[in-house]
Amino acid sequence: MRVFILLFLLISSNFIISQNCDNTITGKVLDLHDNTILVDARIVVLEINKQLLTNESGEFTISGLCNQTYTIEISHAFCLPKTYKIELISSIEKVFLLEHHLEELNEIILEGKTNNDSETSLENKITKEELEKSSSKSLGDILNSISGISSLNTGNTIVKPVINGLHSSRVVILNDGVRLEDQDWGAEHAPNLDINAIDNITVIKGASALQYSGNAIGGIVITETAKAPVKDSIYGKTIVTAASNGRGGTTTTQLTKTYKSGWYGNIQGTIKRFGDFNAPDYNLSNTGVYERSLSVRGGINRFRSGLEASYSLYKMETGILRASHLGGAQDQIRAINNLEPLFVDDFTYNINSPKQDVEHHILKLKGFKKFEKLGKLDFKYSFQQNNRLEFDVRRGDDRDKPSLDLKLNTHTLLLDLDSKLSETANLKLGLTGQYQTNFADPSTGVRRLIPDYSEYNTGLYAILEKQINNQFIFELGARLDYTYLDALKFYRTSFWEDRGYDSTFQDIVVEEFGNQILVNPKLNFYNPSATAGIAYNFKEDFKLLFNYSLASRAPNPSELFSEGLHHSASRIELGGLEFKSETAHKFSFTLQHDSDRIRFTINPYINLISDFIVIEPIEVQQTIRGNFQVWEYRQTNARLMGVDIDGEIKLNDYFKYNHQFSIIKGKDITRKDALINMPAASTRNAIAYTNKKLNNLNLRLQSEYVFRQNEFPDNNFEVFVPETETLEIVDVSTPPDAYHLLSFNSSIDYKLSKKSILTIGFGVSNIFNTNYRNYLNRLRYYADDLGRDYSINLKIKQ
Amino acid sequence: MKNFKLITLALITLLFTNACSNDDDVTPAPVNEEEIITTITVTLTPAGGGTTITLKTQDLDGDGPNLPVTTVSGDLAASTTYNGSIELLNETEDPAEDITVEVEEESDEHQFFYTISTGLNVTTAYSNFDNNSNPLGTAFTITSGAASSGVITFTLRHEPIKPNTGLDNAGGETDLEASFNIAIQ
Repeated sequence: MRVFILLFLLISSNFIISQNCDNTITGKVLDLHDNTILVDARIVVLEINKQLLTNESGEFTISGLCNQTYTIEISHAFCLPKTYKIELISSIEKVFLLEHHLEELNEIILEGKTNNDSETSLENKITKEELEKSSSKSLGDILNSISGISSLNTGNTIVKPVINGLHSSRVVILNDGVRLEDQDWGAEHAPNLDINAIDNITVIKGASALQYSGNAIGGIVITETAKAPVKDSIYGKTIVTAASNGRGGTTTTQLTKTYKSGWYGNIQGTIKRFGDFNAPDYNLSNTGVYERSLSVRGGINRFRSGLEASYSLYKMETGILRASHLGGAQDQIRAINNLEPLFVDDFTYNINSPKQDVEHHILKLKGFKKFEKLGKLDFKYSFQQNNRLEFDVRRGDDRDKPSLDLKLNTHTLLLDLDSKLSETANLKLGLTGQYQTNFADPSTGVRRLIPDYSEYNTGLYAILEKQINNQFIFELGARLDYTYLDALKFYRTSFWEDRGYDSTFQDIVVEEFGNQILVNPKLNFYNPSATAGIAYNFKEDFKLLFNYSLASRAPNPSELFSEGLHHSASRIELGGLEFKSETAHKFSFTLQHDSDRIRFTINPYINLISDFIVIEPIEVQQTIRGNFQVWEYRQTNARLMGVDIDGEIKLNDYFKYNHQFSIIKGKDITRKDALINMPAASTRNAIAYTNKKLNNLNLRLQSEYVFRQNEFPDNNFEVFVPETETLEIVDVSTPPDAYHLLSFNSSIDYKLSKKSILTIGFGVSNIFNTNYRNYLNRLRYYADDLGRDYSINLKIKQ
Repeated sequence: MKNFKLITLALITLLFTNACSNDDDVTPAPVNEEEIITTITVTLTPAGGGTTITLKTQDLDGDGPNLPVTTVSGDLAASTTYNGSIELLNETEDPAEDITVEVEEESDEHQFFYTISTGLNVTTAYSNFDNNSNPLGTAFTITSGAASSGVITFTLRHEPIKPNTGLDNAGGETDLEASFNIAIQ
C-alpha cells in the first residue's frame, strides 16, 4: 500500500511539474555570414527525440514543450552542426545562426545566389570556371561573351568593354569593391586589372546599382574575390595556358592559407607574355604584350566582423601595330587603301614604339561589422596609383622618352550600411569620398594631353528594397554626387582666342608664356541619380523585371581639356571647357524564364541621354605635318535602344544548346543621324556536350556571326594628294563587312590525388582562319583581325 | 573591434589632411614641343651664280588653329641648275632648335621626297645619302627647264621603308609636308 501511495505521489508530482507543457519555440535559422534563410535545416530536440525541418522561410515551430532545459541540435547540408541549450519558462522566439561550411560557402557565392546588387535589373554573371578557362584573355574579351556587351579594341590586347553601346567613362569597373581609377577616358586605355586575381564578375547593364556609382550611364562591371573559409586549410591553384597565335601564354598561381580562428592570407601572381600576333595572311608587327601582376591579401573573417588589407600591382606593356602609326590624312589614305599593312616584319617578342606601359597599384583596407539592430556596416579605404606611359615613334634625344606620362593618384573612402528594416524591407545607405590628383610629367617634351588637376568627390545614397508579397519586389534609390575639379591647363594662345575663351573665360587666366597660356579652371558638378524598379515573379519559373534609372555624369578631363593632335588616332581632338554633365534615362525590361529544361532572358531597353558628349569631325586642318581631320567634342541628345536575348535549352542529359542575340540602334536625335561606333548586331550559337561521369568531359562548338553595321554617320573627307594631283576621299566611316567565326573548346578533369584535380583544356578559335575586321576595332583601317589560334590550358587545383 | 575604429579614424584624418594640404598649387612649367618642326626653309642657290631663291613655310602654333604661312622669294630662272638645301627649325624653343641636325644624324630613318606637279618643268636629284647609300635628301639639286609654273611639294618621312621607289611604297610617317607655288621665267 505504501508503495502504491508513493507511486501515486510520484506520478502526481510528476504530473504537477509537467502540467505546464504548452511552451512553444518558434525559431528561424539563418546563415551567420549574410543572414540568408536556411531552408531544410534539420532541428533535433534530443530530450524528446523530435526531428523536423525548417520551412521555406527558414522557420520552424516546436510546441508542447515543458518548463525545462532542452538541447537543440541544428544542422544543415552546408553547415557545421550547432547545439543550443535552452531553458524554457515560457514560449520563446529565437533566431539561430549557423555557419556555412566553407568550401560550400564559396561555391554558393560563385553560383551567384548571394545578395543581388540590384533586384530589379538583369545581372549577368561570369563564373570562376569561365574565368579559369580564359586565363590569358583580357577583361574586355571575357565580358564580350555576355549578350549586349561588345568591346572597343585597339588591336587585340587593348580591349575596352562596351555595355549596350557605351564605354569609357560611362562604364564603371568595380575591382573588388573599389572603383578602378585608371584614366578610363581614353578609347585606347584598357581596364588595368588581371582577371586571374578575381573569382567572379557581375555585370549590370545600366546605372541601377546606385550603391556603387551614379554615373554609370552604360553599366557597371563588378569583380569579386571569393571569401576565405573559416577553418584550418591551405589550398591553391596554378593555371598554365599556351597559345599558338602570338606564340605565348600565361601562368598564374595562387595560394590561400586559412585558420579556424578566422585569419587568412592569400597570394596570387600572373605572368603573361605574347609576341606579335598574326592575322590570317600576315604578321601583325609590334602587337606583343607583356603583363605581370601580383596581389597579396590577409585579414580576419569573423561571423560578425571582418577586416582585410590587400595590395595589388598590375603592370602591362603592350605594343601598338606599327602600321597604325601615321602622319596626316595623306598617310591615312595610303594605309586605308592598302589591303595589307604597309609595315610587316618578322615575328618577334620585342615590343617597340608605339607602345603603352601602364602600372597600377591598389592598396586597400576594408572591414565590416554586423550590428544586431542596425545591420551590416561596411568600410573601405583604398589608394590607387595609375602610371601611364605612352611611347610614340620619336626622333633624336627623345627617342626613348614617353610622349605621355601621367600619374593618377586616387584616395577613396566608402561607408555602407545595409540594414533590414523588417522581414520584407531592406535599406542600404552609404557615403563616399574621393580625392584624386593627376600629374602630367612635363619632361616628355610633348604638351600635356591631360592637364594637372585635383578632383574632390563626395556622394551619398539610399536604396530601399521592399518585398510586397511572394510575387512583387519593389526597389527605390537615390544618390547625389558632387565633384569639384581644380585644373591647371596650358592652352595654345591661338586656340584660346580662336574659341573665344579669351572673352568667356578671361578671369581664369593665370599667366601667359609666349604662345601658350596657363589657366586655372575650377569646375563644380552636381550629379543626381535615381532608380526605381519592380520585380514580379509569376508561374513559378517566370520573372518580369522593370527598372528605370536616372544617371548623370560630369564630363571627364579628356572631354573638357583635349586640344591638339591625338597621335594614335591621327586626328586633332578638341574638348570644351563649357561642357555640363550628361544625363541619361534608361528604361529596361527583362523577361526571365528558368526551368529545368529551358532558360531564357529577353531584355529590351531604351536609353535617352541628354547633353550626350560625342566626338565628331568638323573640318580638315592644314599643318606643316600635312592635313589632319579635326574632331570636336560636342553635346547632343542621343537615343540608344536595343534588345539582348539569351537562351539555353537542355536537349538531353548531355547536350545543351545556347543562343545569344544582341542589336542596338544609336541615334543622335538633334542631328537626326546615326551615332558613331555603335556595335553591329551579332548572334552566337553554341552546342555543348557535358558528361560528368566521363571525367567531367566538356565539348563546345560555337558560331559567332557579326552583322555589318549599316547605320553610321558619314565622316569621310577629301584631301589633296600632291603625287596624283587629285582630291581623294579618306574613308574613315564605312564599316567592314559581316563575318562569321567558329570556335571549339574542350576540357577534361583528372583526379591526381584525393585532393588535387588536373583539368586539361584544348581550344581553337577562328577555326577557318577567316579574314575579318571589326567595326569597333580602332585599327580596322590598317590590318585584319586575328587569325586561327590553338590553345591549351592546364589547371591544377588543390 | 577597437583597432578597426582606430584605423578608420586614422584613415579619415589622413585623407582629409592630405586633401587640405594640397591646396597651395605650384604653377607647373609650360612644355615646349621638342620635336615639332615649325619652319622649313629651302634655299636654292644657282650653281653658276645668280639670285638665290628661298622657299619658306612657318607654322608657329603647330597643331593649333593658325595656318602655316608660306613665302616664295622669287621665280626660278629657266634652264638653270640650283643646289638646294633644306633647313628645319623648331622655333617654339628659344633659341630655335635646328632639327636638320637630328634628321641628318638619323639619316637611315629619314628621307625627303620631292613631288613636282604636272606642267612644272623641273627635275630633281638627291645630293646626300644615308649610311647605306640610300637617299636622304636634305641636300639636292633642282634643274629647271622652259618657262612654266606649278607646285613643288617637299615631304619628309620618318622611318620609311628604304630603299623605295617613291612615296607610294615608302611607308613610314609623314613628319612634314610643304607645298610651294613655283614659276620659271
